[in-house]
Amino acid sequence: MTVITGVTCPVCGTFCDDIELVVKDNVIIDVRKACAMGAAKFLNYATHRNLKPLVRKNGELVEASMDEAVRRAAKILADATYPILYGWSNTSCEAIRVGLELAEEVGGVIDNTSTICHGPSILSVQDVGIASCTLGQLRHRADLVFYWASNPWDSHPRHIERYTMFSEGRFQKSAWRGYLSRLRAVLSRKRLLRAANLLLRRDVLVTPEIERHLPYSMFQKKRKMVVVDVRKTRTAEAADYFLQVEPNKDYELLQAFRMLVRDEELDVDEVAGIPVEILEEVADVMVGCELGIFFFGLGLTMSEGKLRNVDAALNLTRDLNQRTKFLIMPMRGHFNVTGADVVFTWQTGYPYAVDFSRGYPRYNPGETSVIDILHRDEADASLIVASDPVAHFPRMAAQNLVKNPLIAIDPEVTPTTLTADVVFPSAFVGIEAEGTAYRMDHVPLPLKKIVEPPKTCLPDKEILQRILHKVRKLRRNET
Amino acid sequence: MPKLKVSLLTGRTIDQGKGKEMGKLSKEYLESVVICQIDPHDMIFLGVKESTNVKVTTDFGSVVLKAVKSARAPHPKVVFVPYGPWASLVMNPKTHGTGMPSLKGIPAEIEPAPDEKVLSLQNLLYKFYKEGRP
Repeated sequence: MTVITGVTCPVCGTFCDDIELVVKDNVIIDVRKACAMGAAKFLNYATHRNLKPLVRKNGELVEASMDEAVRRAAKILADATYPILYGWSNTSCEAIRVGLELAEEVGGVIDNTSTICHGPSILSVQDVGIASCTLGQLRHRADLVFYWASNPWDSHPRHIERYTMFSEGRFQKSAWRGYLSRLRAVLSRKRLLRAANLLLRRDVLVTPEIERHLPYSMFQKKRKMVVVDVRKTRTAEAADYFLQVEPNKDYELLQAFRMLVRDEELDVDEVAGIPVEILEEVADVMVGCELGIFFFGLGLTMSEGKLRNVDAALNLTRDLNQRTKFLIMPMRGHFNVTGADVVFTWQTGYPYAVDFSRGYPRYNPGETSVIDILHRDEADASLIVASDPVAHFPRMAAQNLVKNPLIAIDPEVTPTTLTADVVFPSAFVGIEAEGTAYRMDHVPLPLKKIVEPPKTCLPDKEILQRILHKVRKLRRNET
Repeated sequence: MPKLKVSLLTGRTIDQGKGKEMGKLSKEYLESVVICQIDPHDMIFLGVKESTNVKVTTDFGSVVLKAVKSARAPHPKVVFVPYGPWASLVMNPKTHGTGMPSLKGIPAEIEPAPDEKVLSLQNLLYKFYKEGRP
């Protein structure tokens, strides 16, 4: 039995690097320090997985040799006029680099999952600029933490513990105790409500009154957390204050804050469902902090306004920097989606949605982004690496994806591998293969190889190199 | 049957995150994503109880899901469905020139569907993507 320490967790963008794994006979038998998602991955990764290459014959996926699968995949890509190469956020930077070479070779469009994640944030950062930092800075110094349209308790479970409210920084103390007392109050309220329901034998629904002032804790000289979201989440329950914004009204709220921060008056009683008195007090707290941080999530990029919402958030940060020190950071989803943007950028000059069909890289999200290409039904083949677009793309886009030849490189059985024409079983990067990935704050960290993969499962990088080699051979023979 | 116009949100939940890591074919994943979290007041209006099937319809399709009483109400006329193949059936594919489809704040209609069944993953793939056998 071996205990391996300092393992990086290949799940979310927080990319924790303090995981401990207990390994016995090439099997992970225990996980320490990981969140529920991390532990589920390390302990169950081998449950539903592809072990042999599969090729579709007469409508059925049948086992094939690696050479046959590579031949078939290379032929599909070499014959295609406008193939899509999509995914990349759940694999290593080394594999992404080979993927870009392959995209250039076949003259296709290469796009990563930023396109349905923080793509609009990237567009906005290119327009406005960003004042950001590393997570270590925030752990030690940030005294006001905003999670705007983001729910890290569910999507980045250790983010609060490692980098913000519950982390013990050099200059800022953990706010763990305050949270415990708030949690006790919430639980007592729920217990009372349950008792009332049992007693009266019906659902008693209590609508909380709208508070007209911030709680006392918001004015104390200590670390504070504010959550802005359209619905109350677990993260909101842990916050010192929760602002419930109406759906699709984030832009109005952000612009209202910009006015208040610049000492302008609002001529309305409420903005996005929140009374102006409250907004004025929150703006005072923002201006009065020593170092504030906005972490923003997909609530801004996926709702009405998209990149314009992020524009407003970035501009609010800029305005706040006239009065105090404020920073902003997107909550990136997959563990290496930042790495995908970084590698795309240093290889092609553009972070996602890169089109090689004219022989040189071209970038125009809305035209060269994968959802738009699929919606217009322009692609004639696709290669999906470590992603599951059939499950997560809007139905109409996914239907156009599966009707053309589809190659999937994925260690797991997913709706995408079930609908693919060629399936390559790969090794799990970060568990069975090593590599490099970028944390959400652009800090590169190594992915460790913990156990040996099954002999039939190669790392993504090697599978891509084999396909690239074969495509080059096919194209040379043609010319 | 009563119908309610709502704003549909999709997103992550910790159960969905755990479920996807346990495998997309696992029972845990299925149970974590075929749900629709509804405000308790709206459930009373619709006349549905916990685990009753409801049909969510948008301009882009409809899907049958299990109603779940929201643990953190109130959020009247806002329903939440975790990311997954079921939520994707009713998503708006238009990106308005940004590359990003609209996955949150979509106008939708919700109604009780006690007689309709929630599709299994195999049936869903067969029905919409002509893949495999039901």
